[in-house]
Amino acid sequence: MKKMTKVIGICAAAAMVMTTGTAAFAEEGTFTIGAIGPVTGAAAAYGISVMNGAQLAVDEINASGGINGYQVELITADDEHDAEKSVNAYNDLKDKGMQMLLGTVTSAPCIAVEGEALNDNMFLLTPSGSAVDCITGENAFRVCFADPAQGAKSAQFIGEHGLATKIGIIYDSSDPYSTGIMESFVAEADSQGLEVVSNEAFSDNRTDFSAQLNKAKDAEAELVFLPFYYQEAALVLKQASDMGFAPTFFGCDGMDGILTVENFDTSLAEGLMLLTPFTPNAEDEMTQNFVAAYEEAFDGLVPIQFGADAYDGIYAMKAALEDADANPDMSASELCDLMKVSMGNITVEGLTGTITWDPATGEPEKEPKAVVIENGEYVSQD
Amino acid sequence: MRDMGNNTELVKRMRRKTLRGNLLNYVIVLGAYAILQTMVMTGNISSLLKGLLVPLCVYVIAALSLNLVVGISGELSLGHAGFMCVGAYSSAFFSNAVGTALPDILRFILAIFVGAAVAGLFGILIGIPVLRLKGDYLAIVTLAFGEIIKNLLNVLYAGIDSNGLHFSTKSAMDLGMEPTGRQIIKGALGISGTPKNSTFTVGIILILITLMVVQNLINSRAGRAIMSTRDNRIAAESIGIPVTKYKLLAFSISASLAGCAGVLYAHNLATLNTKKFDYNTSILILVFVVLGGIGNLTGSIIAAVILTALPEMLRFLNNYRMLIYAIVLIVIMLFNWAPAALDMRSRLRSRIFKNRGSGNGKEEEQNGNA
Repeated sequence: MKKMTKVIGICAAAAMVMTTGTAAFAEEGTFTIGAIGPVTGAAAAYGISVMNGAQLAVDEINASGGINGYQVELITADDEHDAEKSVNAYNDLKDKGMQMLLGTVTSAPCIAVEGEALNDNMFLLTPSGSAVDCITGENAFRVCFADPAQGAKSAQFIGEHGLATKIGIIYDSSDPYSTGIMESFVAEADSQGLEVVSNEAFSDNRTDFSAQLNKAKDAEAELVFLPFYYQEAALVLKQASDMGFAPTFFGCDGMDGILTVENFDTSLAEGLMLLTPFTPNAEDEMTQNFVAAYEEAFDGLVPIQFGADAYDGIYAMKAALEDADANPDMSASELCDLMKVSMGNITVEGLTGTITWDPATGEPEKEPKAVVIENGEYVSQD
Repeated sequence: MRDMGNNTELVKRMRRKTLRGNLLNYVIVLGAYAILQTMVMTGNISSLLKGLLVPLCVYVIAALSLNLVVGISGELSLGHAGFMCVGAYSSAFFSNAVGTALPDILRFILAIFVGAAVAGLFGILIGIPVLRLKGDYLAIVTLAFGEIIKNLLNVLYAGIDSNGLHFSTKSAMDLGMEPTGRQIIKGALGISGTPKNSTFTVGIILILITLMVVQNLINSRAGRAIMSTRDNRIAAESIGIPVTKYKLLAFSISASLAGCAGVLYAHNLATLNTKKFDYNTSILILVFVVLGGIGNLTGSIIAAVILTALPEMLRFLNNYRMLIYAIVLIVIMLFNWAPAALDMRSRLRSRIFKNRGSGNGKEEEQNGNA
C-alpha cells in the first residue's frame, strides 16, 4: 500500500517535470504582451475586466495595422489574487515568450511580481495596482492613481468644491488599499481646511457598521468618506438610512459598481459622490465606442474602470513602442530599456483621461474625475 | 505464543524497518534535489518550475511539521498557517531592521533562527491553555488562534530610526519616528522589500533538518511517550506520563518548524501580508497531511509537492484550471483512502506480486496508517 502510493507519486512527479521542460515560444514578428490578474477567486471581476479591456485594445490595434507594422499577441495568466501564484503566473508567461507585462491587476501580487520583473529587466505597466510599492523600479509604471494620490485628490476635491468641513471616515483596516487612501486623506485634510471628526476602522467581512456610523453621527460629520469597496459600502448606505443619518457620502474608485449590487435599493445611493477614472455612460465618443465594442464582444457585459485602465495601458505600450521605434526581435530587456525612456515622451488620450508619465517615478499624471449619482445614473462633476 | 528471543528479534526487525523508512525520506529529498539542481545548472528548466522550487520546499516543511501534531501527537490543529505567519513576520522584520549591517548569509541564518524561535515561543504560549482541550475543541481553538494572529498583525505598525524600534497599533503617524526613520511593518500592507535570500538549496537543507528533527523525535523516548498519549490517553496517564507536557513538546516543535517554512516564504517574495495565512492555508496544509497519510512523512512530502505543483502545471487549461484541480483532488483522495479503492489496490498488488503472501501487505498497510 505504502509502496504503491510512493510509486504512483514518483511517477506523477516525474511526469510533471517532463511536461514542464518544454517551453513554447511566440512566433516571430509579433509583439507578445503578457497580462496577469485574478480570473478566479474573490477578485475575479477585476481580472476578467482587465483581460477583456486589454483584448479589445489588442484586437483594435491588430485590425488597424499593429504596432510599427507588427501584430500583437496577448497572453494571459491567472493569479487568484495571491502573491505567490502571481509570481508563478509571471514565470509561466516568461516561458511562453512574454516581452512586456500588463499587470498585475491587484496590489499585493503586483509588489511581488514587480520584484521579479525588476531582476529580469522586464517592462511592467500595471493597470490598477495602486499601492505605492507596486512600482518601485525604473521598469515599472501604472495607469491608475496610487493610493496616496487618490486620498489626497479626494481631500482636494472636497476642499476645493466646499462640499463639507466636518469629515467622518470609515475604512477597512485589513485592506492596504483602504488604509492607504485613509492615511493620505488625513494627511491632506488639514491643508484643505477639513476637520476629521471621526475616523473608525472595521476589518474584512464585517456586515454591521452601526458603531462606526453612530460615531460619525455623534461627531456631527457633514460628509462621510468611505474609501473601500462597493460591497461593504452598500451595507453602510442601507444602515445609515435605517438610522436616519443622511450626510454626503464620498467614495473612491472602489465604490464603482455600487449600482450593480444585487437587491440593493439604488435610491439609497442618490447623492453619493465618487472619484472614478471611468464611467460607462460618459458622453464622449471614445467612451461610447469602447462601451459599445465591449458589450458586443463580451455578451452585453458593461465595462468597469479596470477594463478602461487596461485598454489605456495597451495603448500606452503601443505609444511607447512607436516612440522607441522598437521591433519584436528585440529581447524583453532591450525593449524595457527603450520603453522606460519613451514613457516619459508620450501622451495618451485615453478613456481615463489624458495621461502623461513621469519616467522617474512611473506615476501617471491626469485629472481626477468625480461623479455624483442622480436618478440611478452617474453624472459627471467637473 | 512467542518467547523472549522471538520478541527481541521482532523489535530488531521493526527497528531496521524504521531505519529504512527514515533513510528513504532523505534519499527521496536528496534525489529530487540532485535532479532539479542539475536541470537548473544546465538551464534545462522552465521559469515556472524554477520559480516553484522554493514554494515547494515551504509547503513540504509545513506539511512535515503539521504531521508531527496531527499524525504523531494525534491532535487536529487548524491554525498551522498562524505559526507560519509568525515566523514569516518576525524574520522579515528582523531582516529589514538589520538591513545591510550584516552580510547576507549571516543575516539569513539568524533570520531563520529568529523565525523558528518566535514561532516556537508562540507554540508554547498557545499550547499551554489549548492542549488541555481535546479533539474538536482543540481544533476550534487553534482555528481561532490563526485568525487572532492575522488580525493582530493587520493593525501592527513598526519602524526603526536612530532611537531604536517604534511600535503602534493605530497608524503609521502614531509611530512618532524621526523623518529619517524607516517604516518596516505597514499595518495591512504588511512588509515589502524583504531581501530575496531563499534559495532551493537552503530550502532543501531546511527540509532535511525538519526530517531529522521529526524522525529522531518519533524514534526517541519522548516520541514514544507522545504516541502513547495519542493511542490511549488514560493508559498513558496511568503509567505516569505527563500528557500535557509531551503534547506541548510536539506542538511547540511543530510550531517552530512551521516558523521555518514561514521564513523561507517571507524571503522568497518581495511582499508579505497576512491575507496569505488565513484558514484556507491551514486547511491546505492539513490536506497535504491527510492525503499523504496521517503520520506518514513520505506521504506528506509527496502530497505537498503534487498538490502545490498541480495547479501550476494545469495552467494550460486556462479557466478550467481550478475546476480540474478540485476534481483531481477528489479523485486522488478517493483513490488513496476509499475502502473500495483500497480493496481494489490490494487485489491488484497481490496479482502483480504473486510470490508474496497477502498477510504481509496487510501488516504494511497498518504501519502505513500509523
